[in-house]
Amino acid sequence: MPSTSSDKGPFKTVTGLAAAMREENIDTDIIFPARFLLITARAGLGEYAFHDRRFDTEGREVPDFVLNAEQFREAPVIVAGANFGSGSSREQAVWALLGRGTRAVISSSFGEIFYSNCLRNGVLPILLPEDDVAALMDAAQSGATFTADLEAQELRVEGQATRTFAIPAERRLAMLNGWDETDQIINQYSAAIDAFEQGQRRMQPWLYQEEQDA
Amino acid sequence: MTAPRTLYEKLWDSHVVAELPGGDSLLYIDRHIVHEVSSPQAFVAMRESGRKLRRPETHLGVADHAVPTRTRGGEIPDPQARAQVAELEGNVAEFGVPYADLTGPEQGIVHVIGPETGFTLPGTTVVCGDSHTTTHGAFGALAFGIGASEQGTVMAAQALPQGKARTMKVELVGKRHPLIDAKDIALALIARIGAHGAVGHAVEYVGTAISGMAMSERMTLCNMTIEAGSRMGMVAPDEVTFAYLKGRRLAPRGEAWEAATAYWRTLASDPGAAYDRIVTLDLDLIEPQVSWGTSPNQTLPIGALVPSPSAIADVSERRETEKALAYMGLEAGQPLSSVAIDHVFIGSCTNGRIEDLRAAARIAQGRKVADGVRAIVVPGSAATRALAEAEGLDHVFREAGFEWRFAGCSMCVAMNEDRLAPGERCASTSNRNFEGRQGPGGRTHLMSPAMAAAAAVSGHLADVRDFA
Repeated sequence: MPSTSSDKGPFKTVTGLAAAMREENIDTDIIFPARFLLITARAGLGEYAFHDRRFDTEGREVPDFVLNAEQFREAPVIVAGANFGSGSSREQAVWALLGRGTRAVISSSFGEIFYSNCLRNGVLPILLPEDDVAALMDAAQSGATFTADLEAQELRVEGQATRTFAIPAERRLAMLNGWDETDQIINQYSAAIDAFEQGQRRMQPWLYQEEQDA
Repeated sequence: MTAPRTLYEKLWDSHVVAELPGGDSLLYIDRHIVHEVSSPQAFVAMRESGRKLRRPETHLGVADHAVPTRTRGGEIPDPQARAQVAELEGNVAEFGVPYADLTGPEQGIVHVIGPETGFTLPGTTVVCGDSHTTTHGAFGALAFGIGASEQGTVMAAQALPQGKARTMKVELVGKRHPLIDAKDIALALIARIGAHGAVGHAVEYVGTAISGMAMSERMTLCNMTIEAGSRMGMVAPDEVTFAYLKGRRLAPRGEAWEAATAYWRTLASDPGAAYDRIVTLDLDLIEPQVSWGTSPNQTLPIGALVPSPSAIADVSERRETEKALAYMGLEAGQPLSSVAIDHVFIGSCTNGRIEDLRAAARIAQGRKVADGVRAIVVPGSAATRALAEAEGLDHVFREAGFEWRFAGCSMCVAMNEDRLAPGERCASTSNRNFEGRQGPGGRTHLMSPAMAAAAAVSGHLADVRDFA
């Protein structure tokens, strides 16, 4: 079993196998097809992750999809081509990854909303140059063990030199400590938000029009 | 003296609540649009934490993604869709969020009704749990899509931590053919810079072609900006913007209107403002575009041939091309104009506005949808539908054999009744040709409304210029 920190609490490291997806533009429709968006729960979405890649239109498992290979079914890391998570803002894509046990995704570029959603759900999006990603795909395919360390911002892969990556400072601290973003803002910045609103109401009163009419 | 600033920098500066220790800024959020699909979990988080909405009147709720468009007003047949809409209606009532009722005159796609009601205004920050929120940037707003967790933060705190983007200026020069529309320009841009060519950038569209564009076309351009990887596309507000907004229900009136337009006029990028990147697009060279693959950058002029992987040197591009051709069921070297279609979809937040419907109707007028093709026209909003009917467009479409629908996202997103069956091919005015986007195994070709109408009456992809 891969060892991961819990998605509720602080995120420190994730260690385990990595599934290599050698293609670009794996969009959030591929990660979580739209028809499953009718489900309003956020738990239990793991079974729909990559659904239309894992199963054909008859519902049979597609044998050559990496997450259907016995070795990589439980892999907690994904290494993918450029523009992973592009497209729709659906946070279900991240909840589905999390639901199937994915705790880190490595690519040379990410869809920006997906990237931001990852950081708010305990999935580590690791941005590395294209050549590194290519080398990591080979390592992943050969069954190397990956360790992503958020504290040190290091990726350690068996048989490879240690690589460093960067996570935006606020999000890194929040992930390491398991902080809730909304609580943080309300607790620390409510006075600043009040002050901003007072100023804006003076300068752009039309943005507060409905309140005045009410 | 302050340095010259871009539109984006002005919008950014005017919304910074606080600088955060790690380098991000806390941005104030003026407007939030809430739809049935991305919001349930945000409302659950509000309820579980016992939080209230800080300013309920700054949110606007509407059901658009999951709703059927064949009929309106009865019970929604699909139990999951029915439950999702009911959940939204319960949430907006509980939290006091203004709601555009499913059967009311203001219902429609989030990115169509925001502008139509005047909820979207220049100089504001607009967010929605939907990536095509880029659309609202057409008004000189800082508008971007967010996830459900961020929606919860906006509901409770009216603010979001954000990192500042780099800036990209897209300059449109030259003069376009009268049948080239904003969709062709957007697709040509994405083909040129790539599906992740604008990641990390706020894109501003400038040039005389922009000044002469109606709001609908500016919205199409900004809408498609996310398909180049950018969360934000924008156009500086001008007289065209003000003329569009004046008199809208939520737009300022009287003295407030004068004060607002005076402020909005200051938002345009200053002369000499610096951008991190500049892309120039010559409109003289742009032909009607159609996508052939499964990513929006896989787009070519209609006169082109389907690409041949064997002619591509780059290994990864060759692999992507092979993958796309296999999924799309296309032969290398086949003329794009020979590709037969099963479906036509005219609508979506990209191309569901009145100008889009007029452009399609001009081609459909006096012609017939080809045998074996099923074509649907889905207005972007109830107001658009009513206006189109007042102009007789519904008759034009029905006469030609198109179905005339109620407003919603419909076949753009395959989470309602309108879906392709595996292997079916659609000429579509929507924004994404991703695998399965219009239904599992479905094949999507993106194009302008006039091009989609030309395909409908031809039975295959066709050049709209042949119908002039």
